[in-house]
Amino acid sequence: MSWFKRQEENIQTSEKKEMPEGVWVKVPTTGETIHRRELEDNLFVDPLSGYHFRIGSKEYFDIIFDDGKYTELGAEVQPTDPLDFTDRKKYKDRLEQTQKKTGLTDAARIGAGKMNGIDIVVGCMDFAFIGGSMGSVVGERLGIAIDHAREKKIPLIIISQTGGARMMESVLSLMQMAKTSAKLALLDEAGVPFISYLTNPTTGGVTASYAMLGDFNVAEPGALIGFAGPRVIRQTIGRDLPEGFQTSEYLLEHGFLDFIVQRTEMKDKLTQLLSLISK
Amino acid sequence: MQYLDFEQPIADLEKKIEELENLSSVSEGVLTKEVESLKKKVDALRKNIFENLTRWQRVQLARHPDRPYTLDYIELMTDEFIELHGDRYHADDKAIVGGIGKIDGKSVMIIGHQKGRDTASRKYRNFGMANPEGYRKAYRLMKMAEKFDLPIVTLVDTPGAYPGLEAEERGQAEAIAKNLKMMAMLKVPFITIVIGEGASGGAIGIGMGNEVYMLENTWYSVISPESCSSILWKTWDYKEQAASVLKLTAVDLEEMKVIDGVIKEPLAGAHRDFEAAANAVKVQILKSLKKLGKMKPEKLIEQRIEKYSAIGEFKVVK
Repeated sequence: MSWFKRQEENIQTSEKKEMPEGVWVKVPTTGETIHRRELEDNLFVDPLSGYHFRIGSKEYFDIIFDDGKYTELGAEVQPTDPLDFTDRKKYKDRLEQTQKKTGLTDAARIGAGKMNGIDIVVGCMDFAFIGGSMGSVVGERLGIAIDHAREKKIPLIIISQTGGARMMESVLSLMQMAKTSAKLALLDEAGVPFISYLTNPTTGGVTASYAMLGDFNVAEPGALIGFAGPRVIRQTIGRDLPEGFQTSEYLLEHGFLDFIVQRTEMKDKLTQLLSLISK
Repeated sequence: MQYLDFEQPIADLEKKIEELENLSSVSEGVLTKEVESLKKKVDALRKNIFENLTRWQRVQLARHPDRPYTLDYIELMTDEFIELHGDRYHADDKAIVGGIGKIDGKSVMIIGHQKGRDTASRKYRNFGMANPEGYRKAYRLMKMAEKFDLPIVTLVDTPGAYPGLEAEERGQAEAIAKNLKMMAMLKVPFITIVIGEGASGGAIGIGMGNEVYMLENTWYSVISPESCSSILWKTWDYKEQAASVLKLTAVDLEEMKVIDGVIKEPLAGAHRDFEAAANAVKVQILKSLKKLGKMKPEKLIEQRIEKYSAIGEFKVVK
């Protein structure tokens, strides 16, 4: 018999966290550790390897908006369970639990404010909320962002991080692709700039709608970007995928991105871009 | 004729009738009475089964290998038709076909997913799963329809946009996204009809009509029941349950106000009577064209954008 015996059940972690709690953070690609404060100061980009840790709308808004100040739009739009959907869990419960855990109400938030003095509206997805999936609320909130940009004639930035459309709202989720794209068509006609900023990961119905419709498609380095996920593709074609397949760099090489930008450079680069087109 | 598992009782009875009929021709009509009563029985049984189909059974019917496909509908609905090929960039996708035809004397651009019927043609059509070229061909043809002021009809029947390596390489997502944005602004009447499977982005990628209809035994959803099962239940075994919770049938979508109506199929499915199915689709197309034909281009765009902007269920919390 071993000299100690665990008295309680095994410790169970419910979900793998991209950004674990604690002072020291391990960089998944290199295995090195980095002090949390140092990482925060560098906008959650590992200064040594350039690895971009996933961050949410709160952090992106802090980065983009001057002094972190912005007005939130569309927060009153909140999810319901229109289909009374149940898999192994009730969608209603899943929503409630996720809201409690993340402090978010759904997988996208809208902020209007200034970026280096330029008025902008930003829609930012949160992967932490059911895989950043797009359902009715994401579609409606982004719709509000797009309409706001068109009515005020101010540039729109959408930051994507998502596994795609939300299954629990079935065809209603699918139709958000049509909804956001239709509104973007009007924005385009009004001559208002739209920057699509893609982060890790951006896949499925989101890539096949607004994420690929920017006047400028810009991505963070090393992000997974695609229509189908790599697992599905591997199963379909029955062979391994090439190194670097569906990364930002791969998409740039194949002509689907304008450029890749380090998160630490993002605010200045996007500001520069917007000032260049304003003559 | 191929029977689905739930049609087996019908198949058994029909076989019995056939056997008896062969016998009775020998014994000069002695068994006619029994045949008559069996025929009544099989009609009642068929009616009962098809009036109480589960969502999964509808999915099975939508995939029935004998079902009419886009080119069958085109053949049966049009007086004449010329198929147009190619996206002008890379290739001619065989999983999406398109061209100009005359329906009831009126020229229409018809575009649809195309499946194959035997092993060779299924492979040739890539099982109705289009590559980016298919969506770009559809783009080209829709813009052409706009140029020549022709109404557009799209027929949706796909298990999904092809999830292949080259499809990603050539921008599957970008091709679909571009179509969505373009379809919103089309200046001509645009009708979409789901004639089989309406799987996700691959379906909506040609499906943003001013009016959208579904045949009775079809499905339309963000994901197939099988994939939904594999993601949410971590196994393929819950496809029937997934079909049920996804609420993916024509009646479901009509109730959710995502589509404008359900087109009735001949009893026991469109594959039992191609002409009747094609006629039902044609009647709906003509009806919709008459209505949409009266709308000005700006009005058509406005109606389309408002239609899709209005879809979504949420609460407003002050």
